[in-house]
Amino acid sequence: MTTAATELAAGDPAQEDAPAARSRRGSGGLGSYVLVRFLLIIPTVFILVTTVFFLMRSTGDPITAALGGRLTAEELAQRVSEAGYDRPLFVQYLEYLGNVFTGDFGTTLSDRRPVTEVLTTFGTATLELAVYALVVAFAVGIPLGRLAAYARDRWPDAVLRVFAILCYATPVFFAGLVLKLVFASGLGWLPVAGRASTRAEIELQFLDDPTGIYLVDALRLGDSEVVLDVLEHAVLPAVALGLLTAGVFLRLVRTNVIGTLGTGYVEAARSRGVAERRLLRKHAYRPALIPIITVIGLQVALLMGGAVLTETTFEWKGLGFQLAQYLQARDFVAVQGIVALLAVIVAVTNFVVDVIAALIDPRVRY
Amino acid sequence: MATSVTAPPEDAPRTDPSRRGWRRLPVVHQLRQSVGLQRGMLVAGLMLTGLFLLTALFAPLLAPYGHAQLRDADGPFGAQQPPSAEHWLGTTVGGYDVLSRVVHGSRTAILVILVAIVLSLFAGVLLGLVSGYFGGWLDRVLVVVCDAVYAFPSLLLAIVMAIVISGGQSSLFGGILAAAISITVVFIPQYFRVVRAETVRIKNEAFVESARVVGAGHWRIMTRHVLRNATRTLPLILTLNASEAILTLAGLGFLGFGIEPTAAAEWGYDLNAALSDVTSGIWWTSIFPGLAIVLVVLGLTLVGESLNDLADPRLRSRRAAGSADTAETPVVPGGALDAGPGGLDGIEETHR
Repeated sequence: MTTAATELAAGDPAQEDAPAARSRRGSGGLGSYVLVRFLLIIPTVFILVTTVFFLMRSTGDPITAALGGRLTAEELAQRVSEAGYDRPLFVQYLEYLGNVFTGDFGTTLSDRRPVTEVLTTFGTATLELAVYALVVAFAVGIPLGRLAAYARDRWPDAVLRVFAILCYATPVFFAGLVLKLVFASGLGWLPVAGRASTRAEIELQFLDDPTGIYLVDALRLGDSEVVLDVLEHAVLPAVALGLLTAGVFLRLVRTNVIGTLGTGYVEAARSRGVAERRLLRKHAYRPALIPIITVIGLQVALLMGGAVLTETTFEWKGLGFQLAQYLQARDFVAVQGIVALLAVIVAVTNFVVDVIAALIDPRVRY
Repeated sequence: MATSVTAPPEDAPRTDPSRRGWRRLPVVHQLRQSVGLQRGMLVAGLMLTGLFLLTALFAPLLAPYGHAQLRDADGPFGAQQPPSAEHWLGTTVGGYDVLSRVVHGSRTAILVILVAIVLSLFAGVLLGLVSGYFGGWLDRVLVVVCDAVYAFPSLLLAIVMAIVISGGQSSLFGGILAAAISITVVFIPQYFRVVRAETVRIKNEAFVESARVVGAGHWRIMTRHVLRNATRTLPLILTLNASEAILTLAGLGFLGFGIEPTAAAEWGYDLNAALSDVTSGIWWTSIFPGLAIVLVVLGLTLVGESLNDLADPRLRSRRAAGSADTAETPVVPGGALDAGPGGLDGIEETHR
């Protein structure tokens, strides 16, 4: 830990004297940092929930939006007043806020389910997809970024930089469509869509107390065929969504490794005769990974947006897929609930990531 | 002999001030400044962007059919026809000509980009300027709100805005405006943050102080002294946002919240319509609109990237100096897509 800290300090010349000054404050600095950072979640979530509420409601009440053409004016008015949508908007807002505070996000209009139930049922699928995507992003982005830094300004670097930009320039759903064309309908190696084949899904339903995370459930079931089936279904969506983030990681690792390779302590090690490969592996590489942690926080928001598109492309029945369905059905209560929940997820993840970053890197706790 | 005749006219304009001015134009200047790989990337980006602009400009001439045309003199086109002499890129499931939809789609894309960028530039720059210049409670509230919006998945925000503006279904201009405003809301915080950070830095400079002493009003100081110095990083954000606008528009279209196919051609919608074709191995309906998106975003990103690397010696020198962890974040395109607080903090920090 101490060596890591010194390496970090050396990594940024401007901050070299900072750790000494910080250490006097000790762990109290971390405690108050965590507290302040935690308290900042509240206004963030509050603002987002409020914004989403008023924006969605500015179009009118959800019942008219969902059932507008299908009911007569009287029936509509009755349904609206039953649900309390004819009261002043501000009263509805306060009620909604109170409900959200107690964990009640309302009931969907199209299939009459509590939004919280929708969230717990489909949230796990999205979580599973996001984790797979992050695994792909790490596995692809970090080694390639290191390679690009090592081959700086030579052809592998040029190729990898273009690859990274391509990762960003390709919409996830188009990446998904191409992957499907090549590997599913073209070569037939992998399934076209869904989270598992029908047979596997039925088997998974027999499990009492399922987690909803198919891989975990399949492992608990102990059927290797089901495990394989679940993994096969996950490959294409995970790659489509993961490549988006992989490009970001690649670029970040590349720049940071190039940065640390030019620092004083690497120069010092080089002058002592440490081999170039070892310099890269031991001295330059590890401190260059720290900024990745900070970026993950930002990537979660990106992943959530990407998940909506990826899930729609692959009929992966998660929150994003469900959100698209509710959008089609014009069920705005459900949309509002899912969007609000995603806001909470993003805010909380950012908090966790910031705390981890502060634990690792003392400079963050200003 | 021939060379001696042609040489003087080539040399002469070099001293001509108008020609020098031409060389100092933003992109031209950087093109001359660039070398090697960097220049290759910039040239490739400029070519792709130019191709995109030309296609949009001459779309009616280039496209063999109209964007919503289903039949010609020989009868209906037929659905999902593979590429042929009549339909170079085949027809879609709805019976449209793919090539025509792709070409016309560039018009829709460019209209949305223009409207979105003009709107967000105005709103973001104005808010950032006022917020940074006056400070106080308004500044704090705006910063917290922008941070919250910034950290939020931009596509979800755009969806909510699309519902608000058009209720999800749209005509040509309604749809373009809805998509553009949805994207604007996502972009405002980015311009806000950059301009605010610059304003906070600049307003403490001596020349602002002296302007105040001379008796210049707030508005004059803001527009004359602060704004002109605070717009340095805007061209970069502009190019990156243009590419982001295309991705958001396509995302909205893909989810069915874009522009109706009869109102205008839009690539995201076409990809959504092609979703079921893919399962049966029909590739032409999805590959071509998708490639159009990729190439345009690639071109704009390459230009933005190169401009960033070349135009900003601060970032360049910081990168060379080694602490790239803050400097790099704002230029990561994926980061900029949803750059979040960290991204522009980087820009802010370079000014401290």
